[in-house]
Amino acid sequence: MAPRPKLHTLVVLVENKAGVLARVSGLFARRAFNIYSLAVAPTDDERFSRITIVVDAEETPLEQVTKQLFKLINVVKIDLLDPDDSVERELLLASVHTEEGERSELIELVNVFKGTIVDVGHDSVTVMLAGKPRNLDDFEELVRAFGIVELQRTGRVALPQLDKQAPRLRSVVGKVS
Amino acid sequence: MKLTGAQALIKSLEMEAVEVMFGLPGGCILPAYDPIIDSSIRHILVRHEQGAGHMAEGYAHVTGRPGVAIVTSGPAATNLVTPLCDAYMDSVPMIAITGQVGTKSIGTDAFQECDTVGITRSVTKHNELIMSPQDIPRIVREAFHIATTGRPGPVLLDLPKDVLQGTMEWEWPETVDLVGYRPTAAADPQRIREAAQLIAQARRPVFYVGGGVLKARASEALKQLVEMTGIPVVTTLMARGAFPDRHELCLGMPGMHGNYTAVTAMQKADLLIALGSRFDDRVTGRVDAFAPGAKIIHVDIDPAELGKVRRPDVSIVGDCRQVIEEMVKAVRALDDGAQPDRTEWMAQVRRWQEEFPLHYEQGYEEGDRLKPQYVLETLRDSTPDDTILVSGVGQHQMWSSQYWKFDHPYTWVNSGGLGTMGFSVPAAIGAKVGRPDKMVWAIDGDGCFQMTAQELVTASSERIPVKIAILNNAYLGMVRQWQEMFYEERYSEVYLSPDLPDYVKWAEAMGCVGFKVEHPEDVQTTIDKANEIDDRPVVIDFRTDSSEKVFPMVAAGQSNDDIIPGPTPGRKVVQ
Repeated sequence: MAPRPKLHTLVVLVENKAGVLARVSGLFARRAFNIYSLAVAPTDDERFSRITIVVDAEETPLEQVTKQLFKLINVVKIDLLDPDDSVERELLLASVHTEEGERSELIELVNVFKGTIVDVGHDSVTVMLAGKPRNLDDFEELVRAFGIVELQRTGRVALPQLDKQAPRLRSVVGKVS
Repeated sequence: MKLTGAQALIKSLEMEAVEVMFGLPGGCILPAYDPIIDSSIRHILVRHEQGAGHMAEGYAHVTGRPGVAIVTSGPAATNLVTPLCDAYMDSVPMIAITGQVGTKSIGTDAFQECDTVGITRSVTKHNELIMSPQDIPRIVREAFHIATTGRPGPVLLDLPKDVLQGTMEWEWPETVDLVGYRPTAAADPQRIREAAQLIAQARRPVFYVGGGVLKARASEALKQLVEMTGIPVVTTLMARGAFPDRHELCLGMPGMHGNYTAVTAMQKADLLIALGSRFDDRVTGRVDAFAPGAKIIHVDIDPAELGKVRRPDVSIVGDCRQVIEEMVKAVRALDDGAQPDRTEWMAQVRRWQEEFPLHYEQGYEEGDRLKPQYVLETLRDSTPDDTILVSGVGQHQMWSSQYWKFDHPYTWVNSGGLGTMGFSVPAAIGAKVGRPDKMVWAIDGDGCFQMTAQELVTASSERIPVKIAILNNAYLGMVRQWQEMFYEERYSEVYLSPDLPDYVKWAEAMGCVGFKVEHPEDVQTTIDKANEIDDRPVVIDFRTDSSEKVFPMVAAGQSNDDIIPGPTPGRKVVQ
């Protein structure tokens, strides 16, 4: 397996208007930045959408990307998330070919990964797995041996990690150190 | 008050104090042209939509107010793409209004439909397809706000025909509320103090002044800071006039065709104070060899410029005028503004100036060709010193910037970033409309002139007395220069002929006065005649020496250390 790229996640809060996704993706194309994955959906506030863009941090000048994105009038807020300081999840759907007698082996694998069988055909099954992108990578690699008919991933979504200390406690720590 | 969308559009433009717009009507924009008849806004009917865009730019360059271009859908909108890109590259405030097919027809490949918003997305600061007449005042208001604040730029509004024809209840928004657009927070005072400290330590500093200083209307503040610190100044192609050329601390233009002193002073500097400049490749030459010993203070209103090309030691996001004014205070606060002894540095600068001045030789013998630089110097000395000079793109542009003396801001209009041939004729018209009190001369090349000359018909019919000097060397001169120097004199597709077209007849056919000058002794008298004419445009066809090249020159991709000063007799390049 090729070495995993060092990925960074840009969480871009945008106005929920026509053409905004085109502005964002167009900016990446115009400045010759590569997008690794992209996920878009409205937020809890219908005026805004959140675009989660994953880029290869080694190939992409993150600071420049962020600054250029922020110049777009419809971009409201950008969080640059390091995988170590954020919660990232992704969903995978895979239709997997199962030979006679292999099906139970596949089900076992799916159970280990806490996935779900969502559809069953006469010689294949469709599996759903949601989780950390790395787990999905591992699952994808293992399931490959069965024969993948089709596989689709959503691209990751992410939120920053929450503070683990209560504010009062934190301020005490601050004083001591 | 009930209005049509079209009436609301024109009323909104009036509310934004628009006094003139440049345009050409057609199918989809037709409804908007009806209320123009009753409007206080002057409309100038162009002959090609590209002309409307460059006129709006020229107007904006000299007035500081946004230029407005209004055209129809489809081909008219695509004809605006070049000026929009030009304005985007040079941060020119501009409003483009395009017609669009009716909302029901969008996406059906209707007659004169194109995806204007899609096509212009990457060449505008912002654009918007307006889908309801009720939104027009708010979106127009937002467009002017976006175009003129922060780093200025072009904004395009696309108006479907039925949106113009529909009705709305007139209401002008008192404020602009754009949740994703909050430009210019005040600059960080700590950074300004750090900058003042770097300045106070620098032995070989240079102010590297870019177009942002003009956009921020910071010339006065800059002069105060420069005179207080005694630090020499270079003004980039976009900043000519931001600091007076005749000031003893002005070193002129840096870059590929900058003068030797400006280029070399930056190379040898220990501190560059970049004000509203962007380390463009035409200024830096090979980036990793640019000003290798210099620390950098970089001031720009656009955070994305800081660190884009060169990592600054002190980066300051802010409006140049505010930052410069604060810098004056911060410098004064350190030891009463005392600066280190820079006598040796200034002496070095003076030695370069004496050793490597700009140079050309005009001969007066039979058979001596007219030198373009001679035309420029004669013109410069025959016009008021606040004359607005407009240029196209190429050799004539570089000579203009080199040989003119820009002593006032907003007297130099050119296409810097995009390098748009054909810019000068329409831009000069826009400039003259914006500043009718000033003399406006365009310096053009014969190649450039042929691209947009038809706008002189506009100028004649609207009585806009611009003056055009064509430096006619019968070649695409800059390309010819590169082919001579870098392609072993293999001239490929650069010859244009001096006589085809006949520029005098062409000028006359367009309602202008036309002159032709072939000999140096006729330059002065013809310019004097042209300066007397104030009721129509004038075109002078100067037949110049095609072998003349622009020097100094840093070849593309080379280090600025390898500047070629030019074939000056008896001089050698000193590294």
